[in-house]
Amino acid sequence: MSSTTGIGASVLRKEDIRFITGKGQYTDDVNRQGQAHAYFLRSPHAHATIKKLDISAAKKAPGVLDVLTGDDLAHDKVGGLICGWMIHNKDGSPMKAGAHPALAQGKVRYVGDHVAVIIAETYSQAKDAAEKIVVDYGVLPAVVDMNTASKGPAIHDVASDNVVYDWHLGDKAATEAAFKNAKHVTKIDLVNNRLIPNAMEPRAAVGDYDAGTEVFTLYTTSQNPHVARLVLSAFIGIAPEHKLRVIAPDVGGGFGSKIFIYAEETVCVWASKRVGRPVKWTADRTEAFLSDAHGRDHITHAELALDDKGKILAFRVKTKANLGAYLSTFSSCVPTYLYAPLLSGQYDIPAIYVEVEGIYTTTAPVDAYRGAGRPEATFVVERVMEVAARELGMDPATFRRKNFVKSFPHQTPVIMCYDTGNYTASLDLALEMADYKNFGKRKKESAKNGKLRGIGFSAYIEACGIAPSAAVGSLGAGVGLWESAEVRVNPVGTVEVLTGSHSHGQGHETTFAQLVSDRLGIDINSVAIVHGDTDKVQFGMGTYGSRSGSVGMSAISKALDKVIAKGKKVASYALEASEKDIEFKDGRFSVAGTDKSLAFGEVALQAYIAHKFTGAELEPGLKEGAFYDPTNFTFPSGVHICEVEIDPDTGVTSIEKWTAVDDFGNVINPMIVEGQVHGGIAQGIGQALMEGAHYDKDGQLVTASYMDYTMPRADNLPSFQIGMTNTPCTTNPLGLKGCGEAGAIASPPAVINAITDAIGHENIAMPATPQAVWMAIQASGSKIAAE
Amino acid sequence: MYAFSYHSPKTVRQAATLLGKNPDAKVLAGGQTLLPTMKQRLASPSALVDLGKAEGMSGIEVKGRNVVIGAMTRHADVATSAIVGEAIPALAALAGGIGDPAVRNRGTIGGSIANNDPAADYPSAVLALGATIITNKRKIPADQFFQGMFSTALEEGEVIVKVSFPIPSKAAYEKFPNPASRYAMVGVFVAKKGSETRVAVTGAGSDGVFRSAECEAALKARFNPKSLDGVKVKASGLNSDIHASSEYRAHLIPVIAKRAVAKAMAK
Repeated sequence: MSSTTGIGASVLRKEDIRFITGKGQYTDDVNRQGQAHAYFLRSPHAHATIKKLDISAAKKAPGVLDVLTGDDLAHDKVGGLICGWMIHNKDGSPMKAGAHPALAQGKVRYVGDHVAVIIAETYSQAKDAAEKIVVDYGVLPAVVDMNTASKGPAIHDVASDNVVYDWHLGDKAATEAAFKNAKHVTKIDLVNNRLIPNAMEPRAAVGDYDAGTEVFTLYTTSQNPHVARLVLSAFIGIAPEHKLRVIAPDVGGGFGSKIFIYAEETVCVWASKRVGRPVKWTADRTEAFLSDAHGRDHITHAELALDDKGKILAFRVKTKANLGAYLSTFSSCVPTYLYAPLLSGQYDIPAIYVEVEGIYTTTAPVDAYRGAGRPEATFVVERVMEVAARELGMDPATFRRKNFVKSFPHQTPVIMCYDTGNYTASLDLALEMADYKNFGKRKKESAKNGKLRGIGFSAYIEACGIAPSAAVGSLGAGVGLWESAEVRVNPVGTVEVLTGSHSHGQGHETTFAQLVSDRLGIDINSVAIVHGDTDKVQFGMGTYGSRSGSVGMSAISKALDKVIAKGKKVASYALEASEKDIEFKDGRFSVAGTDKSLAFGEVALQAYIAHKFTGAELEPGLKEGAFYDPTNFTFPSGVHICEVEIDPDTGVTSIEKWTAVDDFGNVINPMIVEGQVHGGIAQGIGQALMEGAHYDKDGQLVTASYMDYTMPRADNLPSFQIGMTNTPCTTNPLGLKGCGEAGAIASPPAVINAITDAIGHENIAMPATPQAVWMAIQASGSKIAAE
Repeated sequence: MYAFSYHSPKTVRQAATLLGKNPDAKVLAGGQTLLPTMKQRLASPSALVDLGKAEGMSGIEVKGRNVVIGAMTRHADVATSAIVGEAIPALAALAGGIGDPAVRNRGTIGGSIANNDPAADYPSAVLALGATIITNKRKIPADQFFQGMFSTALEEGEVIVKVSFPIPSKAAYEKFPNPASRYAMVGVFVAKKGSETRVAVTGAGSDGVFRSAECEAALKARFNPKSLDGVKVKASGLNSDIHASSEYRAHLIPVIAKRAVAKAMAK
C-alpha cells in the first residue's frame, strides 16, 4: 500500500477532481441568506488629504443600506490594520509605523486606498451609489521614487523623511577590514523589480454576524485563517476569538498575497453587524492590481571582496526597500530578516555587512510574495557571483564550486546555521544535465543563424520552514511560528487530520494523506485532511514560506506517533500482551514473536468500544494532537542553469533550455514537487523577462490590467529538465526542506546571467523585455557573436 | 455597466433607421471591444443596435477577382475558410492570430474595421490589400476609410455590410506582439498585386494604421526581403509607451516587414 500511496509516490492529487469539475467552493461561491454587497470607493489620487467627504446622496441612492467611512470605524473603536514584526533601527529605536485605518481617516496614500464602503442590495447598486459620493481632495505630491522619497512630503506624520527604518545586520568592522585586504572588488547595482501577485482567484470576503449568538463569521481568501482571527480579534477588536469564526474555504492561489489581513475583510465582517445583514465583497481584477500587496521592489548596491585566487573574503550590501504607503502585515520583516540572512548563499563568506532602508512611498503596500526576501537575496548573490567570475576570467561554475560551503553544520556571519547540504552534488548533476561542456558548440550554431546565445547559473539557497518561535520572537516577530495537528481516528479506522496549514494550490489533501497512509498503513482514501476553519482546527499558523511540509507535516508526524503509542496500549489489552511486546508495522499491531495481531482499524474499534480495558486503566478513544515548533529553519538549495537565445534584430529572448537540480531533502510526492518547481520557475522567468509594476510620476499605476502587465504564459517557457539530489534535513522528523518557492527564488538571476552572457555586458534590468534587451544591445553595439 | 435599451433589427435598413433615431446608440457587432468597455463604465451608450440577427451580413464568397466577406463574419470563420485559405492565405492567417479562441468566435471583421483600434490586425490587411468597404450607403476605398485612431470615414447611420478584398499575387502578415496584451505592437501586412506593392503597418502609428512609404519604395523594384536591408523608418508619428518607444517601433517596422516579405515569398 505504501509503495503506491505512501511517502515517495507520485499520487494524483485527490483535490483535483473537485477543482477541475467546477465543484470547488471558493469564497465567492459562499452566499448567505439575506446577503448584501459591498463596493469600495477608492482613491484616484496617490496622495491627498480628504477635505470633505459627502455621502448624503449616496446614502439615499436606490438599494443602499449604508455608506460607511473612517469616522464610523473610529466611532465603533475598530482598530487599524497592523504590522506584526517590529524592526529596530541601527540606533536601537523602533521603526516608524504610521496608522493604517481600514477606511481612510483624513488622508489617502495610494491610488486604490479605501475611502468609503457602500453596502447595497446588489453590487451594481453599490457601485452606482459610489458615483454619488462627493470627495474634495487636497492633492499632495506623489512619492514614487525611493531615491528621492526623503525629500517628498511626509506620507505619515511619524516618519518625516519617509524612512520606516534604517536597519543593519552583520559585522561592519570585520567586513571593512576584509575589503582593505582584497585583491579584487566586484561592484554591482541592481533593481529587483516590483511585482503584482495575480493569484487566479481574486481576494474576497463574506462577513456574517449572528445577533442570536453574537458570533461573527468571516469567509475569506486567506492562507492563514487563524492568524486572521487573531489579528481581527486581538488588534482590530472586531470580537473576542471565541465569538469570531474565520473560514478560508478553497483558495485559488496566494503566493503570499493572501497571508495579510486587509481592509476589505475587516470592513465586511464589521459592517455585517452594522447593517444587520451578511456583507459580501469580491475584488475585480483591477482592484486586485491596485490593492493586493505587491512584491519585491528593491534597489541594491553590492560589493564582493576577493583574494588573488578567487576566494571570497567579504560581502557588503546596501539596499533600499519600497514598503509602499502602509506597513502590511509582515512587510517589515521581508527585506530585513527574510532577506539579509540569506546573503551568504551557498558560499563560505567570512564577513558580511548589510544595511537596509525601508521606505514609504505613495504606492500599494509591499509584502511577502513567493520567496519573500529570499529571491531578492539570491538575485544579489548570484548576480554578483556571475559578474565576479567574469571579471576574474574564471568559469562561473568553477568559481562557485571554489567558494561553496563544504562542511556542515555551517554558521554564516548573518544568523543562519545551515544544518546540511551538498552543493557540489547539485552543481555536478546540473552541469551534466545541461550538457555544459558542449555549450560553446551551441553558441556557434546560434551565431550562424544570427542569434546571440548565453548561459547563466544560479546556485541558490533558501531558508524555509519558518521558524523556531523563540528565535523569531527575539528578532521582533509578534507571533510564534510552530504548527499544530490533530489526528482523529474514527471507530472503523478511518482518519481525519486537522491541520493548521492551509492549502491553496499546494495539494495538502494528497500529500498529508500520503504521510498518514504510509505511517498507519491504511488506504489513502480512508484519510481526510481538514483545514481552513477556526471552528474545526484549534489553531494554526498557516501556509507560507514553504512551511507546510517541514513544519505542518512534522506536527502531523508527532501526532501520529502519539496515535501509534496509544494504539499499542489498546492493542496490549485486546491481544492480552504486555505493551512493550506490541509492534506496529504495515498497518498491524502484533505481539512480537507470535502470530497474534490486529489491523489498525480493529484496534481503533477496540479503543472506542472500550470492552477490553477499564476506565482506570486507559482512556477510551483514539485522538491525539501535537504542536511542532521547529528547532531551525530548513535550507533547500540547488542549481538552475538557463540557456537563452536572443534575436538581436528584435531583442526577443527565447529560453532554449532550463535545467533545475534541487535538493529538497526527502520528498513526499515527486509529481507535486515537480509541479511546484515548474510554477516557481515560470514565476521567476515572469519576473526576469516580463512582469513589472509601473507607477508613473503622479503615482498612477500604469500596469493595472493584463493589457499592460505581462504575465508569463505557457508559450514563453521551454520544457524544464528537472533533477533532484537528496540531502535530508537533519532538524525535522521527516527530513523535509520545502519546495514551494525554490523555482521563483532560483530563476531570475539565472535568466539575467544568461542574457548578460549573451549580450556581453552587465547593464540590463528586469524585466528584460524585448525593448530593454534591444536597447542594451544597441548601447553596447554587441553584434559580436551574431557575425 | 449602465442601463441601455437593446435593439435587434432583422435588416440593415432597420438598423440604419434605429441608429438614425438614437444619436447615442452604438452598433453591436461581435462586442469584443464595446462590451468590456461598457462593463468598465468607460462607455455608456443609450442604446445598442445588435447586428447579430440582421440578414445577409455574414458569409464569404469569391466574386470575380475578389474575396467578399460579410461584415458580421467571425474571425474564426475567416481563419478556417477554404475560400480565404485558397485565395488570400495571409488573410486567413491574420484572422487566426487575433486574440484568443473566445474572441475569434465572437469578434467580426466589420466590427474590427469600424472600431479602427490602432493595434487591431484587420485594418492592416484592408489597407495593404487595397480592399473596398461596402456600406449600406456606398463603397469606400481602404485608402480613404481609416482616418486616425478609432476614426473612420463612416458617417452617422452608416453600417459596414461587406468588405471586398482583391486577390493579391503574394501577401503575408507578420505581427510583433505587445508582450502583455499580445495586440500588435508592430504588425506589418505586405501585399503584391501586379506591379504594385503595398505595406501597411498597424500597432505602431499614433494615428492608427498607415502605409509605410519607406518600405514600399524599397520593395518597388524587387519584392524581396533583402530590398529592406538598411531601410530606416522615422520615429516621429509613432506610438511610445512603457512597452516600446517610438524609436524601437521605428526600428521594428522594416525588421518585421522583412519577415513578412520572406513569409509571402515562401508561399
